[in-house]
Amino acid sequence: MTLEQLGVGETGIVKEFTDLEMSVKLMEMGCLPGESIRVSRIAPLGDPIAIHVSGYQLSLRKFEASTIILQ
Amino acid sequence: MKADIRVALVGNPNTGKSTLFNALTGLNQKIGNFPGVTVDKKIGYSQLPDGRRAEIIDLPGTYSLYPKSKDESIVFSVLAEKNTELTPDLVVVIIDATNLKRNLLLYTQVADLKIPVIIALNMMDQAKKAKIEIDVELLSQRLGVPIVPVSARKLEGIEQLKNIISYANKFALQQDSIDVKAIAPQIIASISSEFKTDNPYVALQLAHQHETLKFLTPAQSDRIEELEKEYSFHSQKAQASETIARYNYINDVLYDTVHTPVTAHDESISNKIDKILTHRVFGFIIFMSVLLFMFQSIFAWSAYPMSLIEDLFVWIEGGLRHVLPGGPLADLLIDGVVAGLSGVMVFIPQIAILFAFISILEDTGYMSRVTFMMDKIMRKVGLNGKSVVPLIGGFACAVPSIMSTRTIENWKDRMITIMVTPLVACSARLPVYTLLISLVVPHKNVWWIFNLQGLALTGMYVLSLLSAVIVAYVMKFVLKARERGYFIMELPVYRMPRWNNVLFSMYERSKTFVLQAGKVIIAVSVILWVLSSYGPGDRFKKIEQTYSQPKYTKTMTPDSLARVISTEKLENSYAGVLGHTIEPVIKPLGFDWKIGIALITSFAAREVFVGTMATIYSVDGDADRIDSVQDKMRNAKNPNTGGPVFTLGVAFSLMMFYAFAMQCASTVAVVYRETKDWRWPAAQFAYMTVLAYGAAFLAYHLLK
Repeated sequence: MTLEQLGVGETGIVKEFTDLEMSVKLMEMGCLPGESIRVSRIAPLGDPIAIHVSGYQLSLRKFEASTIILQ
Repeated sequence: MKADIRVALVGNPNTGKSTLFNALTGLNQKIGNFPGVTVDKKIGYSQLPDGRRAEIIDLPGTYSLYPKSKDESIVFSVLAEKNTELTPDLVVVIIDATNLKRNLLLYTQVADLKIPVIIALNMMDQAKKAKIEIDVELLSQRLGVPIVPVSARKLEGIEQLKNIISYANKFALQQDSIDVKAIAPQIIASISSEFKTDNPYVALQLAHQHETLKFLTPAQSDRIEELEKEYSFHSQKAQASETIARYNYINDVLYDTVHTPVTAHDESISNKIDKILTHRVFGFIIFMSVLLFMFQSIFAWSAYPMSLIEDLFVWIEGGLRHVLPGGPLADLLIDGVVAGLSGVMVFIPQIAILFAFISILEDTGYMSRVTFMMDKIMRKVGLNGKSVVPLIGGFACAVPSIMSTRTIENWKDRMITIMVTPLVACSARLPVYTLLISLVVPHKNVWWIFNLQGLALTGMYVLSLLSAVIVAYVMKFVLKARERGYFIMELPVYRMPRWNNVLFSMYERSKTFVLQAGKVIIAVSVILWVLSSYGPGDRFKKIEQTYSQPKYTKTMTPDSLARVISTEKLENSYAGVLGHTIEPVIKPLGFDWKIGIALITSFAAREVFVGTMATIYSVDGDADRIDSVQDKMRNAKNPNTGGPVFTLGVAFSLMMFYAFAMQCASTVAVVYRETKDWRWPAAQFAYMTVLAYGAAFLAYHLLK
């Protein structure tokens, strides 16, 4: 399951990434394996999404979310 | 100014870094450029308690030393380059206490460069509110650096921070964070020995960033490239393992020094606000209302200060004319330099108000929500959620807006934004539009509430946005992407705007505008003045001789004679000759040589149009009296048809030309500054001219 598939309010734990380049950027922003992620909201037009991770809010596009595999 | 110690301020975005910078330095700061790049360099001075003076450099906010945008790339090079006039003796890393974990990533990277470090722990009050408990003492011991709790907004802890800065060590005493050498042992060893650096992390960063670092020679960069191949160094893999190692270290450090409750208090308030502000329906309605309010205010609030500035310059001109002896030098000073200056100064209120709004929207965190909401639409047309800010800013002035595209990390998105921003109807087009619309569009209402003139003006604004979007869409297919686009962006917690920062931003941006655009506009005004005051050969002499004959001096009043002479002189000046030369080219658009002169002069700046029209139609008094310019233009007769020059077709043709043409020397200059390649402004100039010509041609022939 990937982060993209989570609905608003649902939580998942990061397992791994499918894209190295994206993973470097995501990890810098605190999306690390083992970290819990909650989807806070989805933008009015369905993309991007906002997630709650390591104590703050981060927005990312659905495509980027699809590179994050959850446990 | 000499300083005793140089301090660099480093931190994540949204941590209150610029507030702390302002708190430390007060008004005692200046903005320049980092050598070789167009990144704003903010330097300020602070008096330390021991009497020494500290020079404080505010480095761009970044989440890590690995840059994602142009601005961020400056951070590592300033910190790592030895013995320059910017090399810091000390780094203050500012950390948001409500988000320690992510903030400490940058700290550990900076600490590993082994420059003496101090941590300023900001937003302690908010951390307390959110029930985050931090054992500052223990954390400081763990990291081996002094930690000063501050609240930059409330100016708390600033004196303490200055104290600690003055006691700071000359040597780096911080604990090692991770085993850097283990990440890529061979390449670090080779670079360390070949490039004479004893710091393994600097060596590793050189391996990562050698292509963009200005302080490496091409030969050095090539050598590092060779080494990378030799040891099969993979930059992204190394970065990934470094980041994981750092977060492991940070988790260990924070394990018993920080206690965070499950949900942060502030975040939940923010969540409630977000539910409304990014709501499916209300979100867009609110955004539109904010925009509408912004434009209303930009025009409404600036009207009075703008007329004050105009009056001031009229007064200065009058005073100078009175004091100075007549002659070409006085004319140059008054009609060239002072007139040019007033053309710049008059835009200060609009620019200041626009930047007040932008800085409030950014400060509160609303701008990133707008970006969040708009990203999908903007992406469809080849732009990026972050392009919204420059495009909106374009309604005031393209120059600062193009400067604000630096926040767009993706090269292609940024270039397209730069290329289309000048299409947005900026405030300099407003006087041109209002003048022409009031000439040809009747002042009456349709459908009860809509004023025809207002509708025409709104139409011009809508057209500008539409054209920007369409051109962006076309460019999406023309430009090749250099890197993949991504949109990983922090949505900061909503906060009250810091009014001090708003004022600073108004002041700074206005100053930058006056200094940068001012130079160009004054230079061009002077050139224009020369071109329109002198003519080839002895044409001017002949005109004077002709009109000194009794048949003119006897029959005409001195005033009207002077007017006729100056009109004749203008036609025979270099500018007039130029106007005649381009007449065949612009005839299909319905323009005559007089409008041709205005077109040429307007390539310096659009607002010059009104002034030139005033001169050409020889209005006495100053160009700001739009009414009189209007009357003269209305009465101007076309010698061929006997009808008025400014018909509906000509006026709309002119407006189309002004809507699309790149008539702004400052924008050309700033596009060059931002792209560092003449081909960009050249391409932009070319495509806009073609669009302008085509649109004007269509408008003239459809409405003729």
